[in-house]
Parts: sequence; structure tokens; C-alpha cells
Amino acid sequence: MANYNPVTQEILAELEKAAPGHVVTGADVNPDYSRDEMPIYGTRMPDVTIDAQSTEEVSAIMKICYEHNIPVTTRGAGTGLVGGCTPVCGGVVICTMRMNKILSYDLENFAVTVQPGVLLQQLADDALKHGCMYPPDPGEKMATLGGNVATNAGGMRAVKYGATRDYVRAMTVVLPNGEITRFGGTVSKTSSGYSLTNLIIGSEGTLGIITELTLKLIPAPQATVSLMAPFEDLEVCISAVPKFFMKHFRPQALEFFEKEILISSEEYLGKQVFPRKIDGTDVGAYLLVTFDGDSMDELDPIVESASEMLVEEGALDVLVADTAPKLKDIWATRSSFLEGIEEQTKLLDECDVVVPVNKIASYVAYVNDIKQNYDFEVKYFGHAGDGNLHIYACSTEMEEETFKKQVDQFLGALYQKTVELGGQISGEHGIGYGKVHFLESAMGPVNMELMRGIKKVFDPKLILNPGKVCMDLKSK
Amino acid sequence: MNILVCVKQVPDTNEIKIDPVTNTLVRDGVPSIVNPFDGYALEAAARIKDDAPDTKIVVLSMGPKQAENALRECLAIAADKAYLVTDRIFGGSDTLATSYILSRAIAKVEELEGAKFDAIFCGKQAIDGDTAQVGPEIAEHLGYPQVTYALEVKSAEDGLHVYREAEDGKEVIGVQTPCLVTFTKPSFDPRFPTIKRKMAARKAQITPLTAAELTNIDPAHAGLKGSPTKVKRTYVPPRKEAGVVIKEETTEASAHKLYELLSKSHVI
Repeated sequence: MANYNPVTQEILAELEKAAPGHVVTGADVNPDYSRDEMPIYGTRMPDVTIDAQSTEEVSAIMKICYEHNIPVTTRGAGTGLVGGCTPVCGGVVICTMRMNKILSYDLENFAVTVQPGVLLQQLADDALKHGCMYPPDPGEKMATLGGNVATNAGGMRAVKYGATRDYVRAMTVVLPNGEITRFGGTVSKTSSGYSLTNLIIGSEGTLGIITELTLKLIPAPQATVSLMAPFEDLEVCISAVPKFFMKHFRPQALEFFEKEILISSEEYLGKQVFPRKIDGTDVGAYLLVTFDGDSMDELDPIVESASEMLVEEGALDVLVADTAPKLKDIWATRSSFLEGIEEQTKLLDECDVVVPVNKIASYVAYVNDIKQNYDFEVKYFGHAGDGNLHIYACSTEMEEETFKKQVDQFLGALYQKTVELGGQISGEHGIGYGKVHFLESAMGPVNMELMRGIKKVFDPKLILNPGKVCMDLKSK
Repeated sequence: MNILVCVKQVPDTNEIKIDPVTNTLVRDGVPSIVNPFDGYALEAAARIKDDAPDTKIVVLSMGPKQAENALRECLAIAADKAYLVTDRIFGGSDTLATSYILSRAIAKVEELEGAKFDAIFCGKQAIDGDTAQVGPEIAEHLGYPQVTYALEVKSAEDGLHVYREAEDGKEVIGVQTPCLVTFTKPSFDPRFPTIKRKMAARKAQITPLTAAELTNIDPAHAGLKGSPTKVKRTYVPPRKEAGVVIKEETTEASAHKLYELLSKSHVI
């Protein structure tokens, strides 16, 4: 582990000079800054927190921390799920939430420039006012765009539009030594050396601090229809998924889930939206699919043939949501699965493996098979369209230590199976702190050394977000 | 049982913006929806049909041709048939004229359907005008008993049992048919249309009823000319501050609290 220095009164005075009025220390530090949404991976209070206001301020702070060898962790809204923004070595936390302005639209190039603290929902709503859509659509709408880029967040529409990575044109980055640099440009292609932009995307705050982003937009689709297909059981439901691609349907979103997870989300929101019975048959699982396009006339035939296919594949019926209130209801329910689970459980851990779409059914069968070996309850749902499964271990009765031990074995088995099937251990949540030891076994030593090499080029003193992604606390 | 549900196509007020200069609603580009309370009325009818599948649900609307979209949505959800009262001479009708036209249109639909309606269901009010007058006025024109603010309705031997929203809970009112019931927001939403119904609704024939068909209407009581109400000005009412609810353990304690608050704010 790198040797870090404590934040002395002198250093504090320097920081206060660099960011006057925004430096908080000691008992005044907000405990929220000690964790993200997964405290199971540990919490740690930082010594200092700074709500940064500008690129220059971030740069000045980094220069001081670089010089004095102080660990720095950047955070946004703290909605991460792998302990990515937990300041595991203490030191300084830079929060970008106050840098929350949408700076400008470039509608000729379909681009928008934002500060990193702008929330996903804020941009989505604002872009619509300009007739545009920002396609990435992770479930957590209160996450910051800086955090979305740092984790290459995916979300529900990734099946048609891709993940956050596909929508980053350019960025301003402060390097660990305080230097300010700009990567990328408002262009639709580039073959200009290594893509530094793409190195920062998904680097989880370990290589540099994003202080400005230029993101790509698309013209907002004029028509959206969601279909809800209830199935008697999950197996039949999942086996319908690859058919969407074989028949070239191009859904905007394609999600599957079991009834139990739906019920906990509906209870959390206090509203029953999905039918639990169809013509007297109990529903076991649901497939939710969205199509978008320029007009309803364009979508009608697609919706009809997709519905026909779903019924052929065993759907009990196909229900249609094409009005704003209905669309809002079903997608709000879908977006609250995690909150629904969190509300009902004391101990929670999770993973978000991604496997080839045609392997989802066998992967789920494997999960069902091994879950009996553990004392916790296993719940899952998934972005069926891109093979990304969210699997949760939940318990209210178990001792924390036993829970953690069992979960570690459970995740180890899941990750091994993922790799066997040609998948990756995280589709969109990242590695953070919680999954570092699993990455090594999935990636192998050669790839890990490449990653560590990159880390050291950007951050030779290893001060930026230590203990994360490819470097555990013992790495040098 | 034969049920007629009256529906209105309204602008989605969630999407409405206020013009800061004229202080009026900006309706351009605002999507149209089925008035939500009418949707609850339709769902109430659908629930009766769930228990008694031979129930027939007819929807009726008045408005321009675009209102057909709202009717198709109702057909997709639960309705069996749809009629649209549409004629330029009905334009500009106030609530009295509208309810008069609709009551006459109901008689015409009954004639065309060859059967009387046992119940007329309406939303308690439309979210664009918020008058809550048209439903009750139709009942008056038809001479039917009416129950307002219904949450749910059950078919009973002697008519309908209406579960009605009351200030402190629910009350159940028995009403003889034919009758008119207006609905408020219950704890459930209208059901999702199935793809089959949706496809059928897309192709369904919606019968227009114009002044030519509605010969039982006296034009002197319809449209702008037949409307005694004149709108002089519309404006957005100022937002009211939230009130304070005093609910202490005893009435005396509540009275004390009220006294305390009033004297603190120098009212007494």
C-alpha cells in the first residue's frame, strides 16, 4: 500500500485557500460521504470533504494533495453499488454535486455540455425540451452524469442504444497531479491515437477527475410503446428473449423479472400496476419490452408481430402501454426494484454479471441450482436484452459475518460460471472496492498487469481513489 | 346489464404550461388523453363486466373528430361500442348545453342499440374544466337518480350498490336503475388493454352522431348560442398555502392548540 500522509492543519489551510468556504472537516463531515449505497463493503469517514465548484478548484486541490501524498476520492450522488466512492484510505473526498449546470447545447452536432454533477433525470428532462433524448437510462435517475461516465453505466435502453460509453464525445479531466486536460471532441469518429476518453470512461475515478462532459444526444423518438407479457414461469419467459433478435425487432428495452421482485417494488411504491393473474392463471414471470420510433404508424406492425411471437412463445397475454400515465407507471415500478429489495432486507449484496443473450436461460438455471446451498434468499431480474443480470443475496436473519462469508463463495461461483459462458463480471455497476478480488480471477494476471500499468501512468503516486478496480490496498 | 360511459378527451394537464405573459394555458403540442376520472368510470364498468360477462359497455363522447382517439383507447380497455357526438353547431357549448346534447344523444344511442341503459357512468369532472357539472346535469335532464364521488360499484338485485367517498371513510348507497353515477379516483387504475383489444379498437367503427342524426335536439339549446354561461376571463388561481391540521388526543386539547396557534399569530 502506498504511504499516505495525514491531513495536517497546514495542508488544511492550503485546501481552504484553494476552495474557500467549501472545505469541511472533523465532526462536520457528512456521514453520507463515508459510503455509497452498499455499506456492506465497509464505510470510512474521510478527513476532509470539499464540494468542488469548478475545474480550476479541483485542479488546485489535486496539486496540494499530489504534493503532500494525500489520498483523494471523487464522488457524485453516491448511488454506486460496489463501494466505488467509499474513501477507504480516508483523506480528501471531492464531491462534484455542486457542479450541476447544463452548460450549453450544440444542436447542430446533437451534443450537450454539462458539469459532472448534473443528475441523469435533470439532463433527460432538459434534453426533451430541446426535442432530444439522452439515451442511457440506468434505473437510478438521481445519479450524476459524472458517476454514470465513471462507471460506464448501462441501463434499460442499452439493448438498442448502447451504454454511457457510446454517448461521451469529449471531457475535461483533472489528472492526479492537478493538470487540466481535455480528451475527445465533438466529432462522430476518431482514429487519433489511443482513446484516452475511453480509458476514463468506466475507470471509476481511479485515473482522473471528470469536471466537464460533452455528451451525444439523439432526436427524441416521437412514439413509444411498451408491451408487458406475463408468463406462467420464468424459464419460458427467458427462452423468448433471443427470438426478439432473431426476428430483428430492435427493442429499446427488454427486461425480465419474477413476480416476487415485482411485488416488493409495488409495495415500496404503494401501487399495484402489473396484473398477477391472467384468466385465472397465476403469473410467475414477466417480460417487459419497449419499442420506439418516429410514429405510431411505424410501430403498430412491429408491436403486432412482436405480440404474436410472444403468444407463440407462451405468453399468457400481451398488454399494451402506449399512454404517458401507463408508461410512467410500469417503468417507475421497474426502476424501483432495488429500492423494493432494500426496503425488505437488512443484509444485501449483489452482482451484475453479463452473459451472451442466448446463455441467460442456462445461467439462471445455474443460479437456481446453487442458491439452495446458502442460507440467504436469492432474488434476481435482468436486462434480458443485453444479457445483464442483477442477482441479489438478501437476508434479515443471518449474522453479518456468516452472510459475508457465504456471499463471497456464492459470488465466486457465479463469476466463475460467467467467465465459463463467455461473460464479464460486471455489466454496468463496476468493480469499485467490493469486487476487486474477483476481477483478478476473471481477467487473469496478464490483463491485470496491463490495467495496473495504465493506472500508474495516470497516477504514479496512487493517490486517486486507492483500493479500487485493479489495485487492492496491498498493490504497489 | 347495459352501461353507458361518458368520456371526454382532455389535454394532459401534467404536460401543460402557463404562458407567463397572458397567464393562460398553452395547449399547443400538449398530448390529449382520456379524462382520468372517465377512465375510472370505464374501469368500474369493466369490473361489473368481469363478474357478469354479458354486460355491454358503450362509450359516448362529444368533441371534434380527434376525440375518436380517446374512444379507441376506451374500446381497447373495455368498451364494446363507441359513439361520437360531433357537429360544429355543438361547439362552444357550456355545461348546461353539453349535458342537454348528451342526454339527447343517449336517447338516440339507446334507439340505435335497441335497448335502454341501466346505468350511465361519468367521471366526477374533467381535468381541463373542473366544473363537475355535466354528469349531474345529464341525470337531471334524464330524470334519473344520481350518486356522485363513487369509488366502486357492485351490481345488486335491486339496482347498484355504490361505494362512495365520504369525508371520513366510505359510504355504501343503494340506487335503483336506471341511474347515473359519477366516479372519483379509486385505489386502482384502469386496466391495461390487451394487444387483441388494441388491434380490434384500431379498426373499430366509431359511429358519428351529428345534428342531422340528432333530430331530437333543439338547436336553440345547443352550442354557443344555447349556452347561458359566458366565459369572460380565465386565469390561473393563486396557489393556496397548505393548511394546518390540528388533531390532538381530545377535542379540548385540539381547541387549546387552536387557541394557542391563533393567539401566536395575533389573530385573536
